[in-house]
Amino acid sequence: MKPPPFDYHAPHDLDEALAVLAGTGGDGKVLAGGQSLIPLMNMRLAAPAHLVDINRLAGLATVEAGADGVRVGALARHAEVERSERVAQVQPLLRSALGHVAHPVIRNRGTVVGSLAHADPSAELPAVLAVLGGSVRVARHGAPPRDVPAGEFFLGPLEPALAPGELAVSAFFPAVPPRTGTAFVEVARRHGDYAMAGVAAVVTLDDDQRIAAALVACVSAGPVPVVLDLTAACGRRPAASTDWAAVAAEVRDRVDPDGDIHATAGYRRHLTGVLARRALRIAAAEAAGEYGWTDER
Amino acid sequence: MSTRLFGEPVARREDGRLVTGQGRYLDDLGHDALAAAFVRSPHAHARIRDIDVSAALDADGLVAIYTYEDLPERVRDPLPLLIPHPALTHGRTAYPLARDVVRHVGEPVVMVVARDRYLAEDAAALIEVDYEQLKPVVGVEEAVQGAHLVHQDVPGNVGAHLVQEVPSPGGAGAEQEVDAAPHRLSFRLDIERSASMPLEGRGVYARWDADDGSLRVYSSTQTSTSVRMAVAAKLGLPLPKVEVIAPDVGGGFGVKIVHPWPEEVLVPWAAMLLGREVKWTEDRREHFVASAHERAQVQQVRVGFDDEGRVLGLSVTILHDHGAYTPYGIIVPIITATQLLGPYKIGAYRVEFSSIYTNTVQVTPYRGAGRPQAVFCMERTMDKIAAYLGRDRAQVRAANFIQPDEFPYDQGLLFQDGRPLIYDSGDYPESLRLLKELVGWDDFHEVKAEAARHGRRLGIGIGCYVEGTGVGPYEGGHVQVTSDGRVHVSTGLTSQGQGHETVFAQIAATELGVPLDRVSVVTGDTRRFGYAVGTFASRAAVLSGNAIALACRKVREKALRVAAEALEADPRDLEIEDGVVRVAGNPGAGVPLATVAVLSNPLRYAFDEEAVRATQFAGTADLSRPPVDDGDEPGLEGRDYYSPVRSTFASGMHAAVVETDPDTAEIRILRYAVVHDCGRMINPMIVEGQIHGGVAQGVGGALYERMVYDGHGQLLNASFMDFLMPYATEVPYIQTAHLETPSPLNPLGIKGAGEAGVIPVSAVIASAVEDAEGIPVDRMPISPSELHELRRTSRR
Amino acid sequence: MSGKRGWPVGEALHEVSLTVNGVVRQARVPARRLLSDFLRHDLGLTGTHVGCEHGVCGCCTVLLDGAPVRSCLTFAVTVAGQEITTVEGLAGPDGEPSPVQRAFAECHALQCGFCTPGFLCTVTALLRDNPEPDELHIVEGISGNLCRCTGYQNIVKAVGRAAELAREGGEGTA
Ligand SMILES: Cc1cc2nc3c(=O)[nH]c(=O)nc-3n(C[C@H](O)[C@H](O)[C@H](O)COP(=O)(O)OP(=O)(O)OC[C@H]3O[C@@H](n4cnc5c(N)ncnc54)[C@H](O)[C@@H]3O)c2cc1C
Ligand code: FES
Ligand code: FES
Repeated sequence: MKPPPFDYHAPHDLDEALAVLAGTGGDGKVLAGGQSLIPLMNMRLAAPAHLVDINRLAGLATVEAGADGVRVGALARHAEVERSERVAQVQPLLRSALGHVAHPVIRNRGTVVGSLAHADPSAELPAVLAVLGGSVRVARHGAPPRDVPAGEFFLGPLEPALAPGELAVSAFFPAVPPRTGTAFVEVARRHGDYAMAGVAAVVTLDDDQRIAAALVACVSAGPVPVVLDLTAACGRRPAASTDWAAVAAEVRDRVDPDGDIHATAGYRRHLTGVLARRALRIAAAEAAGEYGWTDER
Repeated sequence: MSTRLFGEPVARREDGRLVTGQGRYLDDLGHDALAAAFVRSPHAHARIRDIDVSAALDADGLVAIYTYEDLPERVRDPLPLLIPHPALTHGRTAYPLARDVVRHVGEPVVMVVARDRYLAEDAAALIEVDYEQLKPVVGVEEAVQGAHLVHQDVPGNVGAHLVQEVPSPGGAGAEQEVDAAPHRLSFRLDIERSASMPLEGRGVYARWDADDGSLRVYSSTQTSTSVRMAVAAKLGLPLPKVEVIAPDVGGGFGVKIVHPWPEEVLVPWAAMLLGREVKWTEDRREHFVASAHERAQVQQVRVGFDDEGRVLGLSVTILHDHGAYTPYGIIVPIITATQLLGPYKIGAYRVEFSSIYTNTVQVTPYRGAGRPQAVFCMERTMDKIAAYLGRDRAQVRAANFIQPDEFPYDQGLLFQDGRPLIYDSGDYPESLRLLKELVGWDDFHEVKAEAARHGRRLGIGIGCYVEGTGVGPYEGGHVQVTSDGRVHVSTGLTSQGQGHETVFAQIAATELGVPLDRVSVVTGDTRRFGYAVGTFASRAAVLSGNAIALACRKVREKALRVAAEALEADPRDLEIEDGVVRVAGNPGAGVPLATVAVLSNPLRYAFDEEAVRATQFAGTADLSRPPVDDGDEPGLEGRDYYSPVRSTFASGMHAAVVETDPDTAEIRILRYAVVHDCGRMINPMIVEGQIHGGVAQGVGGALYERMVYDGHGQLLNASFMDFLMPYATEVPYIQTAHLETPSPLNPLGIKGAGEAGVIPVSAVIASAVEDAEGIPVDRMPISPSELHELRRTSRR
Repeated sequence: MSGKRGWPVGEALHEVSLTVNGVVRQARVPARRLLSDFLRHDLGLTGTHVGCEHGVCGCCTVLLDGAPVRSCLTFAVTVAGQEITTVEGLAGPDGEPSPVQRAFAECHALQCGFCTPGFLCTVTALLRDNPEPDELHIVEGISGNLCRCTGYQNIVKAVGRAAELAREGGEGTA
């Protein structure tokens, strides 16, 4: 299990990186934290001819939390984002999801943007970006950067909307609006494993504490994060009188997960329903200002 | 004995180097060695049509490529069948490199040697093997249909078939007793594959000295002495010219007892041929597909019992999956068949197993070695009897226990060493009492009811086992006191983390009356001790421990004799304390063991001041006797062997409380309790560590680990991402209590402890989940997904 | 025509210089050289172990600028110029074992010792960031390291004990 050879490029700034990447044609890959790419290379399941290592692009190691949301640069590690109090205030869903991404040691190295660019449907962060309606800023040599909305970024398993020569420079996670709560819950085989099922939920209440909007994104429930709008299913009632079982049933009916060696399709579907219910209730409680709901159970 | 180190939780002596990065594991050696890598079969069953190496010949750093055709006489023969057995009528082993047919994914086909492992893998990737795919045989039930064959000359894929039968005291057979019993049950049980999975894989590093015609091999093995004999035989070398050393070994758990692995033959062979050092370090993917697995069995049970739940007749039929080859014989199913009865007195017993070939990785012992399956079978049976009769599960077990006054107790079977299965000692009722107290068995129904009121689902489970430990044939020990007063102990068996350097030193220090820090221990190095069997079957402490004690006693006797002359005292009045031989009760007069060692070796030459005392003009000699008496030897050293007439039998009982999530079907172990009897404990801290580790592996086997083969014989989870060994977050806190019933069979009164922890765990967890859910659990491991499906199908 | 370990002409070599356990070390290696192999085979620091080479077992964990990372999922070239601490560098300057090392031995937190270097590095960083962790933090903190021998109970105990020893010594653990 040793990686195959490749041509190595270590650009020092973004322009250089984009130029180098453009020069590699279709055979170049970006190396960020390496926590997904290097295992694949060690197993020789990936053999890029060129690696463009972005670890020297200090300018991309940024985490900016403003009133409108959090912008995470391509070199910001999971751990930095997770630790940031400012991020937790502006968009708490990031921290609660990041706690489920692998183990602390992997999070010291892996990047948030790398995780999005990897586009694994069982990963947590794509679901977070999707449920929040965030976007990925994509740059290429000789063209202005473009912002790709989450809904268009995940095309299929391990298939992001990144053309050869393109680099994801940052991702934007919108802030939580007022009277809004979020939650992330998942069930993995072992602590730190990819989820068998997981749900990111965002619930917004109206002035009368009734559910005005309810959105979930489901992990491991399809080829890409599955975003479901459950506002109608929740029926503009206060959280306490919402028929959560019916909401869960709707989620169950609308996802179409695959089975694998860890879980049957039926179990994943069932679990997604259970977790949707849990996540929505937590998010609704948080939106109503009922704190102390930090435990996902 | 004043230096009572035996029985103390002495801190380990190996830790100093291991916590500072100074351990020497296989891949830490041979910095300049060439590296080997293998082209392995991607197919479960295929005929090799052609191997084209031409593209690889120009690869950077390539040194050599070998296929089966390149192998010389003996090396090209099939690997040995290590443990032949009359019932193994169709034993088959692999060639070191595949010849014509490959029979599992991962079988080695081509060996590549290059300047380093990166380059060796590059070259291997360029070799093209043309395969004609054959029909793969996967799963024992498919295999016994015999529609397709793993080996063309093994009809029905049956490698072995064995029946053992113990009639009831009245002379009736088991089937007869079952038919006549007041109550009868029959059911099927399933256990899936897991594997030893040490964190260090296998590895071999060989150095050939052409001038001296000698070979040194380092291997991450559980038996260096036997690897040595095998390598010498395969390579046609005189035994004295071959040395095999097991350096620090990063875990074994059974898989490293198998030998010689193809790589253990090929790497030394290539080193000789090339005149260069060669090393192969197994990577994780290779370990999954090219070493060994264990556990998979399908069991059919018929049991007859009375109103108290006493078993009158038990008949078990086992299909054992032994994978593509049988290098280790049929030890695993034999152990299942013979250890199944556990602590119980069964009316009549019949067990029949068929050991079946499939196109999967071979099956050889993994910690517990067939016992987890045996205990699963017996303990599920006990639970089913209890459920049927509406009785307490512990009570049904107690009704079947062998009583303390019934030892030695003959189960009437032939054990894995070919000797009668006679339990030497134990106290099962007391173990059960301790366990029930530890886990709160009798009050659990209240805990459960209280939890249920809060919507929580709890269950408790129990499992009992008896473990034959310390099997022969023998181990030896050598003890030498040098003239600096240090004690050098060596034994041939190997260490993989059991703390042998510590426990054997404790034994020697206790026997010889010397401080612990004066004793050093070497294991697994054929340069130091050539005769040994190996480390497996919880036998190291029993066999080598006793051998070392006996060797120490020889040394002690001589030390007292020599010191008696120097002190002009009667040896019977002497004792050794703190490394000094002195007259008991007279602290003044004494000679240090260092001096005794000097005096034990009559010298002509004084190489240092101390040695002067032993030279020929020192004036201490009795001139009427030769310097070395008849029957005596120079030096203060002793060698002895311990060879037991039969195995010792350790025992234990575990209980667990689990919680199952009513919605997600997650299973959490809330409490885990162990009562354990391994006879006298040399070092309770180490025994406890062995139990913790065993239980953790058991938890893995019960809830997380399995080898998932698809119908094509592809292993779908050959990585740590998908083969789920438990992390700290998955292993419960383990409470332990010890019972010490000394074994009457050996001088130290010890039984083995190495495997115990793992043995009953699947049975215990199945019992607890069943209790929580009220659904029979007949198949392990069990995942949340499976529990969910079980709930669905039993319409809860 | 070739580097120290005989790298071929075909593959470009990179001069990689790192500060390892306080000492500047360098070697010419191809870009694909994993940090784990660089430490073990190019620098001869074999205390860092390799158990899976896909990031799961944690045996290869070292400290990169103080933070634990998987050396098997890092190319040596990527971290050129940075600081690495391996198990060989955990002891004090006088060779006195660190509180974490002492606690592991004292609590029987290792058997075969293969996983131990990874745990020691992980725990050293854990206690530096959180000198008084409760059991939950400890378990979470070591949850990315596999041990096949100990069942973790004594490792958890050792982490608590190391925190105690560090307090007694009045010193940090790093
Ligand atoms: C043991 C283990 C467990 C894990 N468990 C989880 C888990 O539970 N959940 C989870 O979500 N993840 C998990 N991961 C993966 C981890 O989160 C990775 O960090 C993440 O998926 C990828 O981030 P990276 O920075 O390491 O990317 P890399 O590995 O460097 O790259 C991944 C892919 O994205 C591309 N890429 C990276 N950055 C960019 C960019 N800026 N522009 C364009 N393309 C880019 C690369 O070319 C590559 O194809 C686990 C990893 C390991 C080793
Ligand atoms: S070897 Fe790096 S995590 Fe296993
Ligand atoms: S001590 Fe052996 S793997 Fe941890």
